[in-house]
Amino acid sequence: MINKLVIENIKYRLVRTLLCALVVGVQVMLILTLIGLSRGMLEDNANRAKGTGADIFLKPGATISFSAGQIDAKFVQFVQKQPHVKLAVGGLIIPVPGELLTAINGVDIAQFTQLSGGFRLQKGQPPSEPNDLLVDEYYAQQHRVNVGQIYKLLNHDWRVTGIMDGGVLGRLVVPLKTLQELTGNATPSRISQIFVKLDNPAAIDAEVKHLNSVLEGNLTAISAPAFLSQFSISNIPQLRSFIYVVVALAVFVGFLVVFLSMYTAVVERTRELGILKALGAKPFTIIDMLVRESIVLAVVGCIIGIILSFGAKGLIMAIMPASLQVVTVPDWWPIAGAIALAGALLGAIYPGLKAARQDAIEALSYE
Amino acid sequence: MSSGPAIIQVSKLYKTYRVGEVDVHALRGVDLSVPRGEFLAVIGPSGSGKSTLFHILGGLAPPTAGEVLVDGVDLRKLTENERTELRQKKVGFIFQKYNLLATLTAADNIRIARSLAGNETEPPGFGETLELLGIHKRLHHKPRALSGGEQQRVAIARALVNQPAILLADEPTGNLDTVNSDAVLKILRDLNRQSGQTILMITHNPEAAAFADRTVTMRDGQIIGV
Repeated sequence: MINKLVIENIKYRLVRTLLCALVVGVQVMLILTLIGLSRGMLEDNANRAKGTGADIFLKPGATISFSAGQIDAKFVQFVQKQPHVKLAVGGLIIPVPGELLTAINGVDIAQFTQLSGGFRLQKGQPPSEPNDLLVDEYYAQQHRVNVGQIYKLLNHDWRVTGIMDGGVLGRLVVPLKTLQELTGNATPSRISQIFVKLDNPAAIDAEVKHLNSVLEGNLTAISAPAFLSQFSISNIPQLRSFIYVVVALAVFVGFLVVFLSMYTAVVERTRELGILKALGAKPFTIIDMLVRESIVLAVVGCIIGIILSFGAKGLIMAIMPASLQVVTVPDWWPIAGAIALAGALLGAIYPGLKAARQDAIEALSYE
Repeated sequence: MSSGPAIIQVSKLYKTYRVGEVDVHALRGVDLSVPRGEFLAVIGPSGSGKSTLFHILGGLAPPTAGEVLVDGVDLRKLTENERTELRQKKVGFIFQKYNLLATLTAADNIRIARSLAGNETEPPGFGETLELLGIHKRLHHKPRALSGGEQQRVAIARALVNQPAILLADEPTGNLDTVNSDAVLKILRDLNRQSGQTILMITHNPEAAAFADRTVTMRDGQIIGV
């Protein structure tokens, strides 16, 4: 019977209930979108690194951050001469000014094709001339770039020769030498990282050890599996902290919304609560009733939030697929639901206690 | 008509409220005995203590001093929880403003009182009570679709559903027109006569009081006339 009363109460104040659930839903959507965005961006970067076909990555430091032109290109020849190294290819990464999280990658196209097995082209050809530019599908979609078009990047006119599948090296690929000349990394020749292909991929760990030994701290060699494993939320403390802050804010917002809704509901229903008390409702029954209402708000809000998160994902992927990648995170649905529920239950505590302590005689005379 | 031993026994009942920094002596030594099966009207002007007596007998407020026995239960000794149980099982309330839950149908308003007392099924023979009240065809309507008279009859059904020892009615006709008032008062009298239900009714209206077996008058927190 209490469930029926809860449902009837919710139906009786349907607009307010839906608004409250919508706000809880927005909170759930924010969490799911943030996690989906974080994971999507990292997975996208990991896929592009994996798409290079390299067994080992050589970088100035041991983390996934990149800095333009920190490595002397002579190291490429040095690494190429090491035993079991089949191919060493240098790459330069230059952020594109004014574009969110987008970089232009310079590589020797012929060597990189050998390393990766080639770009998976949707249209056109790989770059063959110094001013040729290859873009991936997401960049082409976001910036409406077509094959044959002259496209300005880094104050330079490039000819778009092809559009490739996403997931190989980067969004924008150009010949290394041109990029070095444009960015002051030609003399002396400097690069950002070195991709290494081994003749025996089973010997990666031994080769990483060997390279780190011979490079004497000038560069750090990381095996592809170790490098790819860095692209996870748990390996980026700053991102993890940011997520914790957003989750805490979400709990707080959920708490405030449900608190406000339940508090006004208790005041509005003072007489109703007085009637229930006069009929013999115990304080626990009153709290139980409000908690059940809060749970319904949280559950409905969670469902709305999951639906909204698909909408947010679709919107982001339609508007800026090159800058932001979002994935669906069903493993976070119960977590986001638990966060919404925690906020809702916290929000129901004070109004519930206030309702339970309500004096029945005063409540019955409330107008 | 009244018969048997007292179902309500009140001796030297005092109730003092604290309003701000002032003590308000709402009851000043009330003595009252109500035999089982009696229909008693309590009349008196506003502020005479009628409602306070009603609240104490119904377990909504504890007494300050004195003895109050309802169906053998000493109300002075009851905890908050025990007074709640008293309201569930031994007392039925009828209010001037009906006090039905607006979100529930008439049937559910009755059912929730039963449910709060720990029962999910109707008591045997309750269908006849609903027929006597004339609301058996209106049970699926919400209060806003019922007339005042119908709402009050639903409230009476709700008060009776747990087969209480006493029925407390606070100005039950205060919001009704003459026709509906008469109907409700006749129902209360029939309930009393046919099933021996003990009823204590507060009223301002001497015509309503005339339906009762006996009338007591209160003034300034005391019973001044029987």
